[in-house]
Amino acid sequence: MEATVATETNEKTWNGGTNRPLGASYGKMMMWFFILSDALTFSGFLGAYGLMRFKFIESWPIADEVFTHFPFLHGLHAPMYYVALMTFILIFSSVTMVLAVDAGHQMKKGKVTFYMLLTIIGGLIFLGSQAWEWKNFIGGSYGAVELNDGKIIQFVDASGHQIELEKFAISSHSERTKLTRDKGVWFMSESSLPPFSVDEVMAGFKANTDITIRLEKIDPATKTKTIVPRAEAMTYLNEIKTVVKGANLQVNEYGKPLFADFFFFITGFHGFHVFSGVIINIIIFFNVILGTYERRGHYEMVEKVGLYWHFVDLVWVFVFTFFYLV
Amino acid sequence: MAHAQEHTSHTGLIWKVFGILSVITIVEVILGIAKPDALHLTKILGTSPLNIIFLVLTLVKAYYITWFFMHMADETKSLRRAVVWTAVFLIMYLATLLLIEGSYINGVLAPLVKWNY
Repeated sequence: MEATVATETNEKTWNGGTNRPLGASYGKMMMWFFILSDALTFSGFLGAYGLMRFKFIESWPIADEVFTHFPFLHGLHAPMYYVALMTFILIFSSVTMVLAVDAGHQMKKGKVTFYMLLTIIGGLIFLGSQAWEWKNFIGGSYGAVELNDGKIIQFVDASGHQIELEKFAISSHSERTKLTRDKGVWFMSESSLPPFSVDEVMAGFKANTDITIRLEKIDPATKTKTIVPRAEAMTYLNEIKTVVKGANLQVNEYGKPLFADFFFFITGFHGFHVFSGVIINIIIFFNVILGTYERRGHYEMVEKVGLYWHFVDLVWVFVFTFFYLV
Repeated sequence: MAHAQEHTSHTGLIWKVFGILSVITIVEVILGIAKPDALHLTKILGTSPLNIIFLVLTLVKAYYITWFFMHMADETKSLRRAVVWTAVFLIMYLATLLLIEGSYINGVLAPLVKWNY
C-alpha cells in the first residue's frame, strides 16, 4: 500500500496535490467522507424515528391510511402509488446523472450537458412532488377529534371505513370567524380554525346513528385500528377537547403528533438536500456549458456532484422504506 | 481501477442496474399494497416477515446504488472499507441500541396508557 501521509506541499495542494491517498483525488475522497458523515446524520434521525415508533408501537399511525392521494384521482384510496412514483423519479434522475458521469469520462460535452439537464429537471419534479405530498398531509383528509389527554379519535361509517367530518357534522352557523390582524388589534391574530366546532361534530354524531368511532390503538391480531361500538362511544366523546383537521407540528388528525414531527423533519431535511443538490447541479451544468471542464481536461467535478446526487437518492430509498413500507 | 483513464462506455451496465432497482421497487410496492396475511400478521425476529423482506430489499437497493451508480466498485479497497465498514458498523450499533431501548420503554409505558374511559 502506498504511503498515506501528505509529505509534499506545493501550489497544487488545493487542486488535490500530487499525493493520492487511497487512490482517489482530494475532492472525491472528501466527498466520500462528507457523505459518510451525512449518512450518519440521517441514521440518527431515522434511528430516533425508530425509537419513538417502537415506544408507541401499539398506537402509531398506519402509513397506508395517511398517504392515500394521487394527482387527478380525487377521493380515490391510492396508498403507496404516489410515493412509488416519486421514488421512480429520483431513481431515474440518478440514472441520468450516472449517464452524465459516464459521458464525462469519454469527454463528450454535448451528452454531459443533456444528461445534466435531465437530472436537474428530475430533481425539480421530485421537489414539486414532495411539496404536493406535504400539502395533502397538512390539509388532511378526514378530520378527527382530540381528547383531553391528547388521544385522537376518528369517525368511521357502518362498514368500518373512515368518514369525513363534512359528511355528518351539522353546521350551526354560529361559529366565530378567524381572528386576523386586519379585524382586531394589529398585533393579534390566530392560526386557522378547525372547519367545525366540537358542538357541530357532536350534533352530527348524535343525528347519524350508523357512525361510530375508531381509536389510535392497533389491534395486534389484525394490525388495524380498534373500532369502538357506538354504545360505548359516548364515554370517549365526553372527553373531546378540540376538532383537528390535517397535521402540523402540534396536532395530527392521523394520530401521534410525533409522527407528523418526524415526517416533516426527515422528509424536510431530505428535501433540503435535494434542493441543494439541484442548485449544485445547476452550477455544474453551467460550468459544463461554458467548457470549464473541457479546458481542465477532465469531468471529475461532474463525478463529485454525481456522488452527492446519488447519496440523496440513497437516503430516499431508506426514507421510503421506513416511512411508507415498514 | 483508474476509472477516469478508461474511455469505454458503461451505459449497458447502468441500464441493467436501473432495471434491477425498478424491479425491486415494484416488488416492494406490490407487497406494501397487498400485505399478505401470512407475511404481515406473523412474527419473526421481533417484527413481521414482511418488514424483514422490505429491509433486505432496501439494503440490496443501497448496494446497487453505492456500488454501480456511485462507482464504489472502482475505488481502492482501502477507501471502500473506510467508508462502508464505518457506516455499516456505526449505523448497526446505533439502530440496535435505539430499537432495544424503544421496545423497553414501550414495555414500561404501554400498560400505563389508558384506552378505556
